[in-house]
Amino acid sequence: MVTTDLLKTVSRDKAFYFFLSIGNSTGQSASSLKEFMDKLNEVNAKSLDFHLHRGDFEKWVSDVLQDQELAQELRRLQKSSPTGETLRTQLSATVSKRLKRLSGQASATRP
Amino acid sequence: MQDARATYTEIGQSLGMAHSTVHERVKRMELNGIIKKYTTVIDTEKLGAKNITAITTVFTDPKTSEEVAQKLAQASQVLEVYTSLSEELLIIAKITAENQEQLHTFIANKVAPLPGVMRIRTSIVTRKYKETSPSLASQSKRLHL
Repeated sequence: MVTTDLLKTVSRDKAFYFFLSIGNSTGQSASSLKEFMDKLNEVNAKSLDFHLHRGDFEKWVSDVLQDQELAQELRRLQKSSPTGETLRTQLSATVSKRLKRLSGQASATRP
Repeated sequence: MQDARATYTEIGQSLGMAHSTVHERVKRMELNGIIKKYTTVIDTEKLGAKNITAITTVFTDPKTSEEVAQKLAQASQVLEVYTSLSEELLIIAKITAENQEQLHTFIANKVAPLPGVMRIRTSIVTRKYKETSPSLASQSKRLHL
């Protein structure tokens, strides 16, 4: 997978939609890893708990963004079961680190 | 009318009419599309089905609510769709699914991505106390049937 593909923006039907519980959406969504990072800092912490517990973050990153490396890191995070603001901090750090690495690689390969 | 298999005589007795009058009016209502169909209401729980039912409220941008309601109406999982204007424009849908996971998948993959959907609230029905249609008998005089 080429780095720029991992930073792609996906269509509305493939975006990640944040929910608080079964069938209760927050109205927030992310169509790219960058937008996902931004939303992690905005959404209700309960939504982060809900999705981490279900493995939704890992599934979206793996199936839609096709970033297996980040999916693996998210799986590791899920196993340690952080909750609330601790989860937000750890999730944010994980995604931010990956985003910086991918952005750095993308600019290095740009002619 | 609670029993679609009731005879014209039985209906006539309950309405105080001759069975020939009932027959004539039923035929007229069928012809005019007032009576849309005769159907069977099955108690799926007694058949062993464990389907769940949810009442979902979809908050939408008023400009797209018509399209959202139409899309919902096309989905086989959606049993009923209504729009309501309270403080905001709402779409209320009755949805069925085999389990909570399927319900969530449908809402997350098919409802949330529809253009104009702002947020969604869902209540899963835990117990049903009544399910019926409005009775024609109580309204027949006003409706000029």
